[in-house]
Amino acid sequence: MDLEVIVNKVKNNFPESVLEASTFRGENTLVLRAEDILPICRFLRDDPDLFFDYLTDLCGVDDYPHEPRFQVVYYLCAMKTRRRLRLKVSLPGMVPRIASVVSVWKAANWLEREAFDMFGIIFLEHPDLRRILLTPDWEGHPLRKDYPLRG
Amino acid sequence: MAKTDTMTINMGPQHPSTHGVLRVILELDGEIVVKATPDIGFLHRGLEKLAENKTYHQCITLTDRMDYVAGMSNNLAYVLAVEKLIAIEAPPRAQAIRVLLCELQRIASHLLWLGTHAHDIGAMTPFFYAFRDRDEILFMFEMVCGSRLTPSYFRVGGLAQDLPEEFEAKCREFTRTFPARVDEYETLLTKNKIWMRRTQGVGAISAQEAINWGLSGPILRASNVNWDLRKAMPYCGYESYDFIVPTGENGDVYDRYLVRLMEMRQSNEIIRQVLDKMPGGEVQVDDPKVVYPAKAKVLESIEALIHHFHIASEGFPVPKGEVYASIESPKGELGFYLVSDGSNKPWRFRVRPPSFINLSALSTMVEGRLIADVVAIIGSIDVVLGEIDR
Amino acid sequence: MGIEAHLGNNVLTASLEKLVNWARRSSLWPAGFGLACCALEMLVAVSARYDLARFGMEVFRPSPRQADLLIVAGTVTKKMLPAVVRIYEQMPEPKWVIAMGACASSGGIFDTYATVQGIDQYLPVDVYIPGCPPRPEALIYGIIKLHEKISQEKLTER
Repeated sequence: MDLEVIVNKVKNNFPESVLEASTFRGENTLVLRAEDILPICRFLRDDPDLFFDYLTDLCGVDDYPHEPRFQVVYYLCAMKTRRRLRLKVSLPGMVPRIASVVSVWKAANWLEREAFDMFGIIFLEHPDLRRILLTPDWEGHPLRKDYPLRG
Repeated sequence: MAKTDTMTINMGPQHPSTHGVLRVILELDGEIVVKATPDIGFLHRGLEKLAENKTYHQCITLTDRMDYVAGMSNNLAYVLAVEKLIAIEAPPRAQAIRVLLCELQRIASHLLWLGTHAHDIGAMTPFFYAFRDRDEILFMFEMVCGSRLTPSYFRVGGLAQDLPEEFEAKCREFTRTFPARVDEYETLLTKNKIWMRRTQGVGAISAQEAINWGLSGPILRASNVNWDLRKAMPYCGYESYDFIVPTGENGDVYDRYLVRLMEMRQSNEIIRQVLDKMPGGEVQVDDPKVVYPAKAKVLESIEALIHHFHIASEGFPVPKGEVYASIESPKGELGFYLVSDGSNKPWRFRVRPPSFINLSALSTMVEGRLIADVVAIIGSIDVVLGEIDR
Repeated sequence: MGIEAHLGNNVLTASLEKLVNWARRSSLWPAGFGLACCALEMLVAVSARYDLARFGMEVFRPSPRQADLLIVAGTVTKKMLPAVVRIYEQMPEPKWVIAMGACASSGGIFDTYATVQGIDQYLPVDVYIPGCPPRPEALIYGIIKLHEKISQEKLTER
């Protein structure tokens, strides 16, 4: 399935949401508006042609010192058609908040906790958003670019 | 009327059966587990941050130490991601050797799983048998690259060096004797009444749940989902080898055991085919900016010396962009997501860790089971804390 | 003529110190404490080819209360540190510590925010075994060095 077909399907249902669509090294990436991520993910999972039923990965990226600073990257896979798709949303540095997609794929549970732990991105409506890899009283978010390597 | 309450006990992080530093907080009603909450992070070493400070070549040694049971597979996934980013492809002989070593690594990883999993459930004999065979594989790895556990043998663009001459005979001898060894393990466990009672019906997860939880590897295939990246999205020439992908029916601990045993047999078959079809030729791509020139040339030609110095000190040029490459490691889908800003160090080095995501489904699998089943289920997920915590 | 002449060949005599040291070093029971990759080489050392059982050490006690040797095998992270120290404190005297591998000795390749740069900052280490990971033979060599150290200890030390 071409990138164009996917983009058209998404745009038909969410006209304002797709900010950018590109292909690099054979991989398709959509940059979306952060507010629409949850309904779009649900649509991508449930649409009978697209059927992205598998969340391969979810992670954060810090683009400091550029603004918007944070990105959340979702990497989806449709097992039936053996297709992959990357979704990206940009979040501001001051208060990075985005809806949680745990209700769409349970795999997002721990992945979002890790993004919170490492970057400080807050996932709204997450059932259990707390640190996962570091101690609960740790200060700071290590994968941010302004956090020193040696702590 | 007497008031009853649940009891919360702590399992780990120092525990013989957690396969590393895993802590599980169990809420029990008698012997039944009401809720199980894994607490991880006891081996979080800051690997992803460390990799942002190293050149792409230097990161190869970091990848060994993640899933330390299967070093070759980690190296392969990372090297494939970098090769995708800079748009080069390793020559056919290098691809074939990569497949060969990764399948040997799969057998070694499953043998370790078998020994420790059986040991947890109470069968101590398979531990010693499995380690005997694993040692033969580690001996072959040492022959190839000097290190048993942390190989760092694959390079961007191919391999560090070609296989030694003695390797083929030793490998063929291994493939000849190994199926009889797997028969031994089956004799000990597969129809053993105690084994069956402890593993059948335990920790089952349905196919739909497994896909929604993002599971991968033998644990997904045991739930009757025929998904193996070697067949679904082949890499390194896997499409030219003939092998079956085993699946289970019920998704319980017993099925996961059967799937992994069968995978060992299939890996043996793949190794035999690779040895028969091994192409000749170079093991490194001919690109002086990426691959070290031959040592003899370095000592004679100033150009080669400059290239060598440049690659060693600064690394190679990488375009701006992002890629994701994944392989079917013994634990599941191991992927690397690299974001490059055009410099010689990765801007973001993200590991897609199969054990991390597989372990997140633990709470679903153990709820309502007995406390003794927790140990069996953790063993059947085959977790490696180095990969979970990074 | 000493007492040996009267007892003949039926009884061995030795100083109390030598006897105690011999008993201690011949059956050092390790507490099972594999943290990371080095734990695998430790497991291999227990298996049939390298065989720690010939030193009386094949019983890895799950409970530290029954162990006298702590082999810290692997990276010690800041989150794990309180557990390591607690396990050490739970071990009864006399006890020894081996730091196995580069990470336990000095932090290894992980000079990051989350890693303790060597367990000797918190525990008294008797033997350091370098390597990443050290071969099982290296572990056995380290253990033999520890045996030699124990045989020279004074009773008043531990």
